Amino acid sequence: MGNRFQRFRKSQLVIPLFALLLLVLFNAFRDPKFFSFNITVNNDGNSVLSGNIISILNSASELAIISIGMTLVTACSRGQDISVGAVAAIAGSVFVRVLKEHTINWPIILLAFVCACLVAVLCGAFNGTLVAGFGIQPMIATLILLTAGRPIAYWINGGATPTVESPLLGNIGSFIPGIPIPTPILIVIVFAILVSLVLRLTNLGLYTQAVGINERSARLNGINAFGMKILSFMMLGICVSIAGCIGVSRMGLINHETLLLDIEMDAILAVAIGGNALSGGKFSITGSVIGAYIIQALTITLYAMKVPSTAVKAYKAVVIIAIVVLGSPVVQSFFLRLRDSIFPKSVKAEEKQAYAE
Amino acid sequence: MPNDIVLSMRNINKSFPGVRALHNVDFTLKSGEIHALMGENGAGKSTLIKVLTGVHPKDSGQITIAGCAKEVNIKSPQEAQNLGISTVYQEITLCPNLTVAENMYIGRGNNTLVHWAKMREKTSELLDRLNIPARATQQLATCSLAVQQMVAIARAVDMDCKVLILDEPTSSLDEREVEKLFSLMRELKSRGVGIIFITHFLEQVYEVCDRITVLRNGELIGAYDVKDLPRVQLISKMMGKELDDITDLKNSRVSHARTGTVPVYEATGLSSAAGTRAFDFKIDQGEVNGFTGLLGSGRSESVRAIFGADKITGGKILVNGKPVKIAKPRDAMKRGIGYLPEDRKQDGIVDDLSVRENIILALQVMRGFFRPFSRSEAEKFADEYIKLLGIKTASSDTPIKSLSGGNQQKAILARWLLTKPQYLILDEPTRGIDVGTKVEIQKLVLKLAEEGVSVTFISSEIEEMLRTCSRLIVMRDRKIVGELTQDDMTQAKIMHTIAGEAAQNG
Amino acid sequence: MQNNQNQPTEYQRVSLREPISNTSLLLIITVCTFIGMYGTAMSVWGGGFLNPQQFLDLFNNNSFLIVVSCGLTIVMIAGGIDISVGGITALVTMACVVYLDDKGGSVAGSMALALGIGTAFGLVQGVLVSYLEIQPFIVSLAGMFFARGMTTIVSVAPRTAEHELFLTFKEFRIVIPGIGSYGKTGNFIPARIELGVVIAIAVVILVFFMLKWTRFGRNLYAIGGNSQSARMLGINVKRTRFFSYLLCGVLSGIGGYVYLLHTGAGNAGNASAAEMQAIASAIIGGTLLTGGVGNVIGTLFGVLSLKTINNIVIASGLREPYWQSITTGLMLCFFILLQSVILRIREGGLKRD
Repeated sequence: MGNRFQRFRKSQLVIPLFALLLLVLFNAFRDPKFFSFNITVNNDGNSVLSGNIISILNSASELAIISIGMTLVTACSRGQDISVGAVAAIAGSVFVRVLKEHTINWPIILLAFVCACLVAVLCGAFNGTLVAGFGIQPMIATLILLTAGRPIAYWINGGATPTVESPLLGNIGSFIPGIPIPTPILIVIVFAILVSLVLRLTNLGLYTQAVGINERSARLNGINAFGMKILSFMMLGICVSIAGCIGVSRMGLINHETLLLDIEMDAILAVAIGGNALSGGKFSITGSVIGAYIIQALTITLYAMKVPSTAVKAYKAVVIIAIVVLGSPVVQSFFLRLRDSIFPKSVKAEEKQAYAE
Repeated sequence: MPNDIVLSMRNINKSFPGVRALHNVDFTLKSGEIHALMGENGAGKSTLIKVLTGVHPKDSGQITIAGCAKEVNIKSPQEAQNLGISTVYQEITLCPNLTVAENMYIGRGNNTLVHWAKMREKTSELLDRLNIPARATQQLATCSLAVQQMVAIARAVDMDCKVLILDEPTSSLDEREVEKLFSLMRELKSRGVGIIFITHFLEQVYEVCDRITVLRNGELIGAYDVKDLPRVQLISKMMGKELDDITDLKNSRVSHARTGTVPVYEATGLSSAAGTRAFDFKIDQGEVNGFTGLLGSGRSESVRAIFGADKITGGKILVNGKPVKIAKPRDAMKRGIGYLPEDRKQDGIVDDLSVRENIILALQVMRGFFRPFSRSEAEKFADEYIKLLGIKTASSDTPIKSLSGGNQQKAILARWLLTKPQYLILDEPTRGIDVGTKVEIQKLVLKLAEEGVSVTFISSEIEEMLRTCSRLIVMRDRKIVGELTQDDMTQAKIMHTIAGEAAQNG
Repeated sequence: MQNNQNQPTEYQRVSLREPISNTSLLLIITVCTFIGMYGTAMSVWGGGFLNPQQFLDLFNNNSFLIVVSCGLTIVMIAGGIDISVGGITALVTMACVVYLDDKGGSVAGSMALALGIGTAFGLVQGVLVSYLEIQPFIVSLAGMFFARGMTTIVSVAPRTAEHELFLTFKEFRIVIPGIGSYGKTGNFIPARIELGVVIAIAVVILVFFMLKWTRFGRNLYAIGGNSQSARMLGINVKRTRFFSYLLCGVLSGIGGYVYLLHTGAGNAGNASAAEMQAIASAIIGGTLLTGGVGNVIGTLFGVLSLKTINNIVIASGLREPYWQSITTGLMLCFFILLQSVILRIREGGLKRD
């Protein structure tokens, strides 16, 4: 038990979980009713759950899904993909384009999703080739699609912002009749289970980390570093297309300008808040997902405090800086030295070694 | 003449946790001499240099420098520079994106503005004076490595250094470039600069140096004039065996090689992009053979070519008599070949991953992307080998970077043993680890051979190779210069072959 | 090696070919591309492209982007990144308008405010990146969020400056004697530039001078090229890096004021995506994100190229706005691949030497 606690204390999840806990406590003290659930009846006559927790979980869905993919790309390629929002818009547009040309039923929705997915994976392969094949830094390589992505999305639908009227789409975007939990939350759960299955049933995690930490060594152990990098970008493509389709389904329309706007920034943040190094290597997808929910919880908390939606970013920035400053090795070693000088004997030799560099 | 001495170090001691790196070492450098500092790996050369340049503080001892009345206490590289001690490292520490002139003057002086014309003029003058074939306005990256090295030296010279340390400056240069570097060194020598030259190439020592100081195991063996120390004697001093002792030291080991059957691995005309000459090589089942030669002789490049670690540029390969194509490490692994790389940090360990993950990595890759080991399987493998090899680690979950060098090496060894290879290449498996572990690894190699595994073993310590190998391939200057078996395998013979002289005592 | 007599000696080889530095090579490519592009446009579409005013409008409309890109170029040469520049620009415009109109401030005061905001951002981000060693991307992302958020806290509604003296400055035009065009009625309309252009050009010249002739400027290249080596050569890497962010912050402040001089309006949506345009301009201008290579003259031409291609797209009849972004993306792709290939060839050539 003590051993397990020790391991937890050193894990990268401490700071994000602590931040989440602080947020929860803050809200609990500020407004005890913040965490209450209500059952309300929505327009379609379904009784559904509502409340702040539900809205946090619901609105963080796209972010959580994308941050999973972003974690893989960060770990493997030691850089970030800043084109995810734009690629999501492309995927969403493809989704809408396919739906518009058919009468909407479940198989067609599936077909539309598969098409969207393929296109997003193709975009990922493009980014991945630039990064792995040409050795361009991920941020620069993905700047191309960031610039051109949303216009391409616009062009896919012939320069219009079409709406798709279908109750089936509402099932994806909001509620399935009879189930009181918003569908996006269910999608995240299913997707998270799938991802953890993939991580368990394949060597994705091991290979990705090996390539991110020491590419030369990974190669000498027979890992195809080039392939792994492209694969990570393609996996991100899948995540992005799911998020894009959820986003479209929520609205019932595609707005190429605003769909998942600035999600790349939030996703990179989620990865960093989750304790993952943006310079790659070891990763924790759980951390990134927690990071995504921290960002959303913070946003909803600020809304609840009557902070205007446009000003939320400023407060978010302060919290982000606080978290990364606490996580900075320089600051941590400073605190350790401080503790050393105040309580000279309380530091274990082992820890000293860990921070010696 | 006492005035001649620019640098003297007396009774230098330095210990690291668990290791005594330097024990009462003396070193004297006269002005206007090129002084070779020789010794095999772990002899203490680099520690001595680091003490001198202020990277490591010394434990005890005195350092005096001409011009300073008292003994000096050097605390940082910057301070060493101010005292007139400049160092040029093997890897170039200049900025490749700046011009030659800028690299000479950046980080010096207090001017707010850059006087390009003045800087260029002064640099051109210096380049001319030192016969360096570069232009002041040229971008450094467009110069050849030799010229870059010379620019680094020129910078040191311009900072009025009295002592110039050249730490393996020639290892990445070709013959022509080395020659240029030497003429520069002679030029500086005639100006009265004392040069400490560290190299692994014996020819270079005899070509350019005046005196030689030999270190072994952190102790001073002696300082000699070059003309008084023939090559064979130098090698024997570096390796710690007098010729008389070693002539009759026969290896007592039995060969397990099953020569009658098809060789496990056979290559003809193999060459790689790393720059080895095309070579032929074969190994029988259960045979232990070795590549020997000094560092930089191409022994590592050769085994890397066997494993497909560098781009293969030519050659035919037969494994168990069947022609195969080995283009990348994965291909070699599939044929049952394992490779423990020379550079443990860069090529071996994946430092943030746990010991367990590091151990199972190779087997996992061979098993395939879609068939990962379960946590308990992986733990079983890891625990088995941690116990078998006696790897000292808190748990199999500990990141491998927090282990000591020897234990890291054992973990990498475990990684390849786990793949049950039919042919295992070990490049310097005993480097930088304690004596006990060294013996364990040698025993393990012999045990593997008994079980029918073929092993190629490389070590800087010839004794180790004599104890384990039944056949030695001797390399010099990136090509194979000899092959020794059974009765020929004596230290004397090996040294003579390495030195390129006719055997006298063999 | 064998036929030593036939080969030129190293001395001759050095004097035969003067290898051009990466910085100059990339600059030349950018300038040629721009001239080629503009020349083609003039000969194919004529019309507006032949009008000097349209050329000067490239400067008039993008003076702020030029200033901001200069700041980003400095940071990128030192091997960093700053994506807060657009946010700071927006905050400065809004703060200055509110200060001028609501608080009854003076023009000099508003300038000081703009500089102050920029300096404050630069200071904080510089400390966080260089002394606390936090990833620059995250720091400047937070900076961008903070600036964008603060902009709406200052005022959610778009504001237009009504301060008289300020409007005089805004409307002030410098007439370029001798060049101009003829209007429909045949009258001569001289070409004019705004005050912001003067500031932008001054900034470009100053930064160019700083990068080329000051010790600090060269130190920036050194730490961007190889920070490890730079330290060995005796450069204070942390302090140099800190000042690169500080300067970028200050230039963003100036850029914000220049933006205000052009539009006269404070709006939360001002300079949206300016950071990405600035990065793109710097890249097209030959600055490498890996650091150590770059030039602010190139950045200037990067901005001009980026905007010219938009004009060309419009002139060629593709009026939908999305075509502009798609061509921008294509151009970026072209330059990134070109740089990658050129640098790879040069490296390869070096190894063979």
